Amino acid sequence: MKSSVIVFPGSNCDRDIAVALEKLQFKNSMIWHKENVLPKSDLIVVPGGFSYGDYLRSGAIAAKSNILNEVIKAGERGSLILGICNGFQILIECGLLKGALLRNSGLKFISKNIFIKIQSNKNKFFNKYKKNEILELNIAHNEGNFFTDKKHLDELEDNDLIPIKYCDKEGNINPKTNPNGSLNNIAGIFNKNKNILGMMPHPERMADKTCSNEDGLPLFLSLMN
Amino acid sequence: MKINKEQIEKHGLKLEEYNKIKELLGREANLLELGIFSAMWNEHCSYKSSKIHLKKLPTKNNIVIQGPGENAGVIDIGDDDAIIFKIESHNHPSFIEPYQGAATGVGGILRDVFTMGARPIALMNSIHFGSPTNKNTQNLLNGVVSGIGGYGNSVGIPTVGGETKFNSTYNENILVNAMAVGHANKNKIFYSKAKGINKPVVYVGSKTGRDGIHGATMASAEFDENSEEKKPTVQVGDPFTEKLLLEACLELMKENSIISIQDMGAAGLTSSSIEMASKGKLGIELDLNKVPCRENNMSPYEMMLSESQERMLIILDEKKEKKAKKIFDKWDLDFVVIGKTTETNRLVLNFDSKIVADIPIRALADEAPQYERKWNKPKIKKNNLNKYDLKKIKIEDALIKILSSPDHSNKSWITDQYDQVVMCDTIQKSGGDAAVVRVHNKNKAISISVDSSANYCSSDPKSGGKQIVCENWRNLISVGSKPLAITNCLNFGSPEKPDVMGEFVECINGMKEACEFLNFPVVSGNVSFYNETNSKSIFPTPVIGGIGLFDNLNKIINMKTKKVGNLIIIVGKTLGHLGQSSFMREIYSANEGSPPEINLTNEKNNGQSILNLINQNLITSCHDVSSGGILISLAEMSMASMLGLKILRPKKFTDLNEYFFAEDQGRYLIEIEVDNLKKVESILKKSNIFYEVVAEVQNDIFELSKTFSIKTEELYKNNNKWFKKFNAIN
Repeated sequence: MKSSVIVFPGSNCDRDIAVALEKLQFKNSMIWHKENVLPKSDLIVVPGGFSYGDYLRSGAIAAKSNILNEVIKAGERGSLILGICNGFQILIECGLLKGALLRNSGLKFISKNIFIKIQSNKNKFFNKYKKNEILELNIAHNEGNFFTDKKHLDELEDNDLIPIKYCDKEGNINPKTNPNGSLNNIAGIFNKNKNILGMMPHPERMADKTCSNEDGLPLFLSLMN
Repeated sequence: MKINKEQIEKHGLKLEEYNKIKELLGREANLLELGIFSAMWNEHCSYKSSKIHLKKLPTKNNIVIQGPGENAGVIDIGDDDAIIFKIESHNHPSFIEPYQGAATGVGGILRDVFTMGARPIALMNSIHFGSPTNKNTQNLLNGVVSGIGGYGNSVGIPTVGGETKFNSTYNENILVNAMAVGHANKNKIFYSKAKGINKPVVYVGSKTGRDGIHGATMASAEFDENSEEKKPTVQVGDPFTEKLLLEACLELMKENSIISIQDMGAAGLTSSSIEMASKGKLGIELDLNKVPCRENNMSPYEMMLSESQERMLIILDEKKEKKAKKIFDKWDLDFVVIGKTTETNRLVLNFDSKIVADIPIRALADEAPQYERKWNKPKIKKNNLNKYDLKKIKIEDALIKILSSPDHSNKSWITDQYDQVVMCDTIQKSGGDAAVVRVHNKNKAISISVDSSANYCSSDPKSGGKQIVCENWRNLISVGSKPLAITNCLNFGSPEKPDVMGEFVECINGMKEACEFLNFPVVSGNVSFYNETNSKSIFPTPVIGGIGLFDNLNKIINMKTKKVGNLIIIVGKTLGHLGQSSFMREIYSANEGSPPEINLTNEKNNGQSILNLINQNLITSCHDVSSGGILISLAEMSMASMLGLKILRPKKFTDLNEYFFAEDQGRYLIEIEVDNLKKVESILKKSNIFYEVVAEVQNDIFELSKTFSIKTEELYKNNNKWFKKFNAIN
């Protein structure tokens, strides 16, 4: 499997995701944002961090960079694209995903381990998980409060386009188990064709027994499936 | 134009200091030169009151590669790996503008570390606020915490721990000390000493603006009610540019093109250029028209004294200039040759084709005044706690009260605002005795702990100085690492007051004794004087940041109890010392008595035995006993796992409060399997160490036999409520 990780000025989870991918034998390349050519890849990752310092609006400036044109084309062709945290914000800003990521409802940066529940595993990203499986992952963001209009929300809910929702250890999904105010506890969404995934939690931070659990690993294994 | 008295005062200089400047120049200074002298000769940059005392601290041993005097200290951790680290204060700016003050404190300390060729791998901090009832505290706490997080999170360096304390002594003068730790190849370390004549002096990073002018001078003066007006002297941080600068510098450092490099920290372009030239015994000539400026019509005075952030000065191999520029172009950062090294030993500044300043480097660096200030030996408070009837206090009430106090409360309200795991090498986050971070791609890790004990230091500076070094050492041992070296940040009042100077001198004497005894050298640090407002100084607050090493990832332990039925043993003797304890403060609001005594022989012996037990896999969890005593430490172990404990009543003590809340030093709580009891006992006996079994791990309930019984969950609730309540949006 070949993967490409896009690097913007201010990206800071690019090395982390590369480590996780390489651990699973992905042949990975780091692609600088000024490039105009994207190597042929089975997976494109838009990593977390603070691209362009989150200035103007998180992800807004990165969405206008050279390489994003290529990412958009690849996405439209059906390539697998994974946007994590700031990557999710960028995918929304460039229009590959719909909706908006607002400031966390508590108005503070949140970095902690949270629980998410797998809503759907019939896709390329979560097929190694069981439906309703509960994972413990880490979040670290200022703007992760997903919002969209009623029509889009219904479309997401009705078409299995919300693969993960925030919950507690027991799997309860309700306002109390929602860390950032996201609509319907949404932690990640797909586009219509389910080839593009944006998620706020960081699977790459849960891929190494020494430092964490390994709840993030099956996501990468799913992609190889 | 003749410099007048008012100008001299405004620059924080004394009349006799200006007379010395005239003597060194052989003429009157102009305003720019006066500004440059004031920037170099202020307390913050020159260490004029502290230097002669700092010399007493041990700074060398077989693992120290670079001690104090460079941007940061460097130690050898084997296999060509080096750890580069330092702690620094940003107290004054953080009081004036908490968010930017704290943020730029983090930025500055990160630059100190990556200037030397290290990739930063962890951030820590020690923050002290005034009383929670003070009207400023909530705002300052919120601003400082967001500032620390805002900067570190954005650059992408995990903030893995620290300490937060509250005391009315900091009401008008908070402390914000930030520590950065980096990893480098020990054969690729970069220094600030310039070499060679006619080498290009390159300015890289952000443009120079009008922010932070005279920041270092401001930091060298006390506050009064007009301190608000000093806001323009606080710098504004840009973590985005810092991240670019970090990556660009590390990329450039892969090649052999840098001769020397220095970050523009306090006193900006002035101190960086002078430091490099002075260390290399060279001169430096700058063309100020070439300095990249953010604003129009900036004067040489403003350029030289600006403390705009995220800037570096590099002396480059002239053949590598093009290649270097390409790297900075890639990262969209300014890269401008603004001058050259010379053989004149002078700092010469040109502007609009005129020489605007011409000063011998020696005068600025080596001839800076040094003072042996008068100091009074501190009077040590005696213990006089007899008037308190301890019997009246129910032990379970005291337990809950201490656990829910601001100092002892769980700090997750703070640490949840810090990214603790970016870089994916954090093994142990904040909340334990020390943070643990893996050396990337290696089977080894370092531990980091930051500690202070202002209450102890204020009642007995020498004993307090010893104590914090020991506590830091103990924290590093409690996670299973071998303590290696420390950095210190010495926060005190005005050195011009003999009582404050006495506290400073005695704290150093105490630290020196402990560091020497434990072979625990000081490799970097910072002194922050003038922490006072309207002539009232803070408690003497030396802060220690220590580094320990695991040469094997299997030896890392934490304080979480592991298994029902396991035993908890206290190692080290409990004498019942309550002077200056959390118990006295929280229960009686009393700051009374002397701090517990330090016995360095026991300290070392106990610590080494703990490490020995860990190495033989005989300990399943470990926690040092510090502020709050045995009962608080037991509660912390219990809350870490959410298991309960059945605690035994002490055999020899009649007063339970005295036994359970005493803060006698050199003690650890260890959890062991019942089957290992004999083995552990024989090892401790062989080393002549006092120990006793204090508790047994059980489910859910935290109880003291025949006395009280509380659900661990209840402890947890009490331990977790204060910050949320304090910061609830009204």
